[in-house]
Amino acid sequence: MLKKLTIFAVAAAFIAAPLPSFAQAKKDSVVMAMALEPPGLDPTNAAAAAIAEVTLYNIYETLTKINEDGSVSPLLAESWQASPDLKTYTFKLRKGVKFQNGEAFDSAAVKFSYDRNAAATSTNKDKSLYQSFESVTAPDADTIVIALKYSEPNLPFLLGQASGSIVEPKSAPTNVTQPVGTGPYQLGGWVKGSSITLNKWADYRNASAIKLSKVTIRFISDPAAQIAALLSGDVDAFPRVATRSVAQLKADPRFTVLVGGSKAKTIVAINERKKPLDDVRVRRAILAAIDRKAMIDGAADGFGTPIGSFYTPGSLGFVDTTGINPYDPEKAKQLLKEAGVTNLELSLKLPPPPYARAGGEILAAQLAKVGITAKIENVEWAQWLSQVFAGTGPHNFDLTIVSHVEPFDLVKITESDYYLGYNNEAFNTLYKQIMSTPDEAGRAKLLGDAQKMLATDAVAGFLYQPQWPTVINKKLKGVWKEVPQFENDFSAWSWE
Amino acid sequence: MTASADAPTVATARKPATGFWRRALRHRSFVLGGLLSLLVIGAALLSLVWTPWSPYDIDVASKLKPPTAAHWLGTDVLGRDIASLLLVGARSTIAVGIIAVGIGLTFGVCLGLLAAARKGWTEELIMRMSDFTFAFPAVLSAIMLAAVAGPGMLTSITAIGIFQIPTFVRVTRGSASAIWAREFVLAARASGKGTFLITIEHVLPNILSILIVQATIQFALAILAEAGLSYLGLGTQPPQPSWGRMLNDAQTLLFQSPMLAVYPGAAIAVAVLGLNLLGDGLRDLLDPRLARER
Repeated sequence: MLKKLTIFAVAAAFIAAPLPSFAQAKKDSVVMAMALEPPGLDPTNAAAAAIAEVTLYNIYETLTKINEDGSVSPLLAESWQASPDLKTYTFKLRKGVKFQNGEAFDSAAVKFSYDRNAAATSTNKDKSLYQSFESVTAPDADTIVIALKYSEPNLPFLLGQASGSIVEPKSAPTNVTQPVGTGPYQLGGWVKGSSITLNKWADYRNASAIKLSKVTIRFISDPAAQIAALLSGDVDAFPRVATRSVAQLKADPRFTVLVGGSKAKTIVAINERKKPLDDVRVRRAILAAIDRKAMIDGAADGFGTPIGSFYTPGSLGFVDTTGINPYDPEKAKQLLKEAGVTNLELSLKLPPPPYARAGGEILAAQLAKVGITAKIENVEWAQWLSQVFAGTGPHNFDLTIVSHVEPFDLVKITESDYYLGYNNEAFNTLYKQIMSTPDEAGRAKLLGDAQKMLATDAVAGFLYQPQWPTVINKKLKGVWKEVPQFENDFSAWSWE
Repeated sequence: MTASADAPTVATARKPATGFWRRALRHRSFVLGGLLSLLVIGAALLSLVWTPWSPYDIDVASKLKPPTAAHWLGTDVLGRDIASLLLVGARSTIAVGIIAVGIGLTFGVCLGLLAAARKGWTEELIMRMSDFTFAFPAVLSAIMLAAVAGPGMLTSITAIGIFQIPTFVRVTRGSASAIWAREFVLAARASGKGTFLITIEHVLPNILSILIVQATIQFALAILAEAGLSYLGLGTQPPQPSWGRMLNDAQTLLFQSPMLAVYPGAAIAVAVLGLNLLGDGLRDLLDPRLARER
């Protein structure tokens, strides 16, 4: 091990040395890096955000496109119209679009994609959304009509997510390794464990507007290696880089650091299926033991805004609920006493990201101060997904720390097999009410109620809304600062 | 801790005490190794009764502070006192080392003695089994164990312990076989003593010094392995401090606070160097024949 360290130290010394400015002709390729490697390249059958980061709007396209500010604009659909009750949407599709395997894009492909997402065997991240479709009909080749079981004001936004990627029926089964979409880029190569290369697709409908002909995406999970890759100039862009490195990169004139808001929510998930965590007083005690500020400073290096519920500032109807279960260790002890709980020992399973591992140590220390022992167990993502998160169970955990990066996912809390195990009829009813309220003001008020209910019931230890720093080469243009969802739109990137 | 503290005492029981110590104190690497080892053991013992701060006390507000009068070596990324972490880290390092070497010593010596005493297919079987085990590095067995039982101190102790067994089997069997060929063993056998008694009364005492030296060196290897496993996240789990994990934590901050990596690295180096020097010294002192050969 010492040997490894020596090699690392030597490498570090080289990297730290000032580098000659790398010669830069008019480049048309970019090397981007991201922390996690996607498990496959089909965003419609797996939840990993890394899939969307590679494929969304690059290989696959969706009917709508979610913009940097969270607004929605046409992509594969040219226009759409909603019925007044927001239960029926009619999309007019773009004409003359082809899939990368030469097949034509039409309403049949859209219907196929959405029906496939809703199938009983579907493993789509937003299966519940597609199952809420009463029907998907294609009156003609350029029109698709979606009838919903309830009002869904956000449908155009929701269909712009990676889970709504339009796939081609014949190639769909092999999309995991050989993705075929309608987007401007095709998979060039995939060196497992190292990198993915995307090449510009020459037959793209608007090929002349695409500036970069090649994008290499490298996978660098280690924060020290991330900063080393940036400093050495090996990597031109690193969206959502580890927060630890950012302070140093800010001072470097070669880079631009973009700090964007997110729709993500980092939470301490509490398994309400287990005793005594089904007792709201115990959960409130856990929340009262948590000092959010210390969490943000320690686990996110200050890149976070405190939240009190499963909802982020800036979203429709947001109310500040951080005051509902504030940090108060004395109250926590008292609540535990009221609940008759002594010597509480809980398992705390932590997935690999630094925010979870560091956050876990802070949480354990904070809980210890009110007399709760949290036994830390570091697990890998695969274990975490199967033991903790999987809807099929076994939900084998007491506490965990994780960041839910999906926007507007209150619906998850209503799902009976969700890992939190909240299952509150009152909340489910309220959620249905929100969905069936077409007017925005009414919905905003109900959304506020929902946030307050989750906060009051201490459904989870809602910690903070993370901010995602993106570090890019100063000459690279078109990279988004804000992160409405996990994606990298290479079609807009270019060199100065 | 007792094992290594006792090591010289056991040896002195078999040699004229004053002569041993006189020679020992003149032996440079023994003295230096002994001092360094005592430093580490002393740190571990001290941490049982006193540390400047609690190593579990997280104070994010004062994170990554340089050394001050309050925090002698500064604070880590969660605002914990590094000096306290190092002291308590010594404890887990030494605990893992002692238990793992204990496992290796117990099983290894028994099997080695058995192999030397029985010869034939028993010896063949034991030696081939130990070759087989030897082929698996501690890290690999630890990963396998962690997959089954989950990572933790117990996993790393077991993995390192198993890794140590074949070394002790080989050393024991080699030196025991040499003793078995000696005349006094023949004489004991001729006078009707059984294999078991000969092993206990004649063979074991005569290879004891070799085992003590080997155990000291294996202790150093165990510390290195523990640090490696903790560094990989398979060993001591948070919040229990460990040098290997401190190194891992420091890795992400190598550019901002390089000293965070230097402290635990230096601690590991001191412990391993100390024990290696001590082992070398003991070998010279306990086995004059080897010393002459060098």
